[in-house]
Amino acid sequence: MSANLSAIFYLISGVLFILALRGLSSPETSRQGNFFGILGMVIAITVTFLSVGSFSSGLIYVLIFLLVGGLIGAFIAYKIPMTAMPELVAGFHSLVGLSAVFVAISAFLNPEAFNLGSPGSIKLASLIEMSIGAAVGAITFSGSIIAFLKLQGIMSGSPITFKGQHFLNALLLIAILVLTYLLCSSQSSNFFWILIAVSFLIGFLLIIPIGGADMPVVISMLNSYSGWAAAGIGFTLENTALIITGALVGSSGAILSYIMCKGMNRSFFNVILGGFGASEQSASTGNKEQRPVKSGNAEDAAFLMKNASSVIIVPGYGMAVAQAQHALREMVDTLKKNDIKVSYAIHPVAGRMPGHMNVLLAEANVPYDEVFELEEINNDFVNADVAFVIGANDVTNPAAKTDPQSPIYGMPILDVEKCKSVLFVKRSLSPGYAGVDNELFYKENTLMLFADAKKMTEEITKGL
Amino acid sequence: MEIDPFIFRLSIFILSIFIGYYVVWSVTPSLHTPLMSVTNAISSVIIVGAIIAGLAGSTANVFTISNILGFLAISLAAINIFGGFLVTQRMLQMYKKKKKDK
Repeated sequence: MSANLSAIFYLISGVLFILALRGLSSPETSRQGNFFGILGMVIAITVTFLSVGSFSSGLIYVLIFLLVGGLIGAFIAYKIPMTAMPELVAGFHSLVGLSAVFVAISAFLNPEAFNLGSPGSIKLASLIEMSIGAAVGAITFSGSIIAFLKLQGIMSGSPITFKGQHFLNALLLIAILVLTYLLCSSQSSNFFWILIAVSFLIGFLLIIPIGGADMPVVISMLNSYSGWAAAGIGFTLENTALIITGALVGSSGAILSYIMCKGMNRSFFNVILGGFGASEQSASTGNKEQRPVKSGNAEDAAFLMKNASSVIIVPGYGMAVAQAQHALREMVDTLKKNDIKVSYAIHPVAGRMPGHMNVLLAEANVPYDEVFELEEINNDFVNADVAFVIGANDVTNPAAKTDPQSPIYGMPILDVEKCKSVLFVKRSLSPGYAGVDNELFYKENTLMLFADAKKMTEEITKGL
Repeated sequence: MEIDPFIFRLSIFILSIFIGYYVVWSVTPSLHTPLMSVTNAISSVIIVGAIIAGLAGSTANVFTISNILGFLAISLAAINIFGGFLVTQRMLQMYKKKKKDK
């Protein structure tokens, strides 16, 4: 296949990828979008095989590795529970990063295969592109591994900070620039290896200081990085499909990070520099005294809800942990049978990744037109009788509006406190991830339900 | 003077960032998780580089480091491609079921 013809096909597959994202503008068109994405991928892979043309005996191994990877991927896709999506996505990001590194190294060792010159005299532009691809890929890889370990609970979600952390990171970033320069001027492979090693280290150092509740930002950010890594490799390979995709994914991740940061009223740098909760906690523990809360059981909750005419449900990460989405849906079904209006309110940063709660509710067969975003539903809390908060905490804390001293001050919250009564399903009175006490617990009209979210929901259903 | 082809690729890149910007803002927030998994899948188009790396070289020796890295990258990217698209499909399927229920 001629280079021009394959370039046109790569362009087509790039366009199909754009359509794949475009399809996600509504649930109706989303499946068609996904199909476009698959089609684009099939075209890109087929064209690559055809354009290489003369196959060495490596072909058989290429096919075997393709098949093995594909089977593993398909197996994971069917087995993974929806509550584990954040871990899965973090894991997948790490794979994109690592394959970018592998491709970059491969191109460095065998530049002839990629038309980049010969070893020792690789084109300058290609060297720079390769370095960018490898460095960003390596950062994506090690960063995603840490994110994965934190989300999986293998590593503690609390931020790990040490003195001189930011200084060290800045130093390493400068080292990358210097190494790239040295690599380009000397063509020595040693600099390339050091460059990659330093990048792995940066990815690691960048993510360890970031706490569990900031994971939505981290995942989006790593999503963005994986895109830029792909784009870097795309420039090296002079491949339009990769360049387009890299740009799409890069900007997609950046926008999601922005939306997540806005949801927490924090600047991107504030999140990246990390340590949320660690510094503030000491300040807030000082004036903490035991205050009375009203706690109730499932029967009280059932009674309150039975006498309500409208209920708003506020799910959070705790619902995912307790796998309570199906039990919740059953409870709502019972409520609906009693002619009670039920809707769901989702905060942008609820859960561990963008849209996490929506997927869980979709899994439990909750119709998506009953699920509302913060801006859509916030005015309805005034008129609602009961707010049922299940596994959420910081996103309902009125201190974000009233207490300028609070670390979450200014964060948009769901106006749960405006409801006539609030039911709070929680395992204990412990503060949320931001390390702040929730004023809502001590309000007159709040009833705390101390239990596992799933068990409590099931009991309430029985009580109804 | 002729324009370096790099400039054309850079143009494609910059324009694609803008396309991405507008397309992603139009994605409904309830589909942000599928958006992440599908962007994951499509960024694995990096597999084209891995395939070139895997197929390169002489017939005599298909196990140069460059080839082996190519093979490994193919596997990693394939996990992502199949895993990413299928899990997206699975999620989007759940958004459909409810539509029928009503």
